[in-house]
Amino acid sequence: MLRDITLGQYYQTESVIHKLDPRVKLGGTLLYIVSLFFFKNYLGYVVAALFLGIVIKLSRVPFKFMVRGMKSIIMLLMITVVFNLFLTPGTPLISVWKLTITAEGLKLATTMAIRLVLLIIGSSVMTLTTTPNNLTDGMEKMMRPLKIFKVPVHEVAMMMSIALRFIPILLEETDKIMKAQIARGADFESGNLIKRAKALVPLLVPLFISAFRRANDLAMAMEARCYRGGEGRTKMKPLVYKKRDYLGYGFVVIYLVVGIFVGRL
Amino acid sequence: MSIILDHVNYIYGEDTALMVKALNDICLTIPKGQFIGVIGHTGSGKSTLMQHMNGLIKATSGHIYFNGEDIYDDDYDLKKLRSKVGLVFQYPEHQLFEMDVFSDVCFGPKNLGLEKKEVELRAFDALRKVGLPEDLFYQSPFELSGGQKRRVAIAGVLAMKPEVLILDEPTAGLDPKGRDEILGQIKQLQTETGMTIILVSHSMEDVAEYVDRIIVMNKGSVMYDDVPKKVFAHYKELEQVGLAAPQVTYIMHALHEKGLDVKVDATTIEEAAGDIVKALRGKA
Repeated sequence: MLRDITLGQYYQTESVIHKLDPRVKLGGTLLYIVSLFFFKNYLGYVVAALFLGIVIKLSRVPFKFMVRGMKSIIMLLMITVVFNLFLTPGTPLISVWKLTITAEGLKLATTMAIRLVLLIIGSSVMTLTTTPNNLTDGMEKMMRPLKIFKVPVHEVAMMMSIALRFIPILLEETDKIMKAQIARGADFESGNLIKRAKALVPLLVPLFISAFRRANDLAMAMEARCYRGGEGRTKMKPLVYKKRDYLGYGFVVIYLVVGIFVGRL
Repeated sequence: MSIILDHVNYIYGEDTALMVKALNDICLTIPKGQFIGVIGHTGSGKSTLMQHMNGLIKATSGHIYFNGEDIYDDDYDLKKLRSKVGLVFQYPEHQLFEMDVFSDVCFGPKNLGLEKKEVELRAFDALRKVGLPEDLFYQSPFELSGGQKRRVAIAGVLAMKPEVLILDEPTAGLDPKGRDEILGQIKQLQTETGMTIILVSHSMEDVAEYVDRIIVMNKGSVMYDDVPKKVFAHYKELEQVGLAAPQVTYIMHALHEKGLDVKVDATTIEEAAGDIVKALRGKA
């Protein structure tokens, strides 16, 4: 159950997309997401879906993994669709009791649903093909100019990479503690809301304690290796653009040009 | 009063690239009152197997019978099974959560829906059985030492009065003294109450002294299932799968090779010492 969350879960395989510089993937994803909000007709979304399809094919990650990430936003998707469907004013199509579906509402609901689905799958492609470490490396480098405004770029990047790294560990820990408490007769699945919330105490207390213990250990280990922030710190594998990265940027630009040309007709 | 595993298979992450066959056609009978050691290398499937015994993991195929009833039947009460088959996880001290030791031990019996008096009686009894000093009963469990915490956690499962007690690496991370104490208490518990005990470990040394039967797991299958002496006779094969027989076995084999007339199947240091003395006297 808990293992279904794809966020921050890297899918190990060999592919062009995996090898791309994280900056290309970050920038590409960002541009892709922004592009989704520029289209005025459905043709634009066809182009976007096509582009995404090619990238997924190149990444060699099974499509199942992308869809798995969708499960977590299914509620959000439903709410968006329902609200847009019923609450958009315009020419009524069908009217049942007090609820009216308008032509504009229908269009808006479909557009929103398509946007959300493409957005989530698009960003899972990035997280599935990039290791968390690589991702934060890319972010750190992209945000370096912010240092002028005294933004602690390195520290933020380090915090993010640690947080990402801890997600699977804490999930595993939750699973373990849950099992241990079920073995002692705990019941997480029945009863009303208050009873269920109370049932979480035997899970949350050990989980917090273990998170703090891990944080403490990690801090100690980092200090023992003389970590003292980003000042004067070099990288073992500095990010350098290669030919394929320029090709990657080129591909994104082609998509943008085609997409905006077709999508805004 | 027994657990029977009938052709149990378990596959992790079916239909994904990360598919692992964790258990491969396991058939076992665990009669009442036996003290069993389950030995295996990390990743051999021993912990997974243990979680099948109280229904925490459902087998991909196969059946498990507890006291003659199939635990995968739709109307089988798994909650009741979990009170009968107590499972103490690895590093059980990580599951403690209450304000004081006593209330934490009460958690299990309380979940069984027992009366308050009975709950407290059981908790008290369980804490005594694991040998925790009484002045610690009302302290925060987080202020105790590692070994004491582990006792509290074991008591938490014992308080449910299980018929079968499964302990997954109960001595991991303890010093030799703490290890001997815990194992000794488990043995005592078994002789006093006649409880069935399954002790999971990766160290032969741990179990050799105490158990009646050893099950060796390797890559999800049962490799050997016999009395300790017979299992240790395969010490060369055990080494190949990353396990080792107790050191005594090696010493006895080495002595035997050098021509001393000793029995090679001694499992404990006392037994070996007696045998060596006897052999030396016979020689002189």
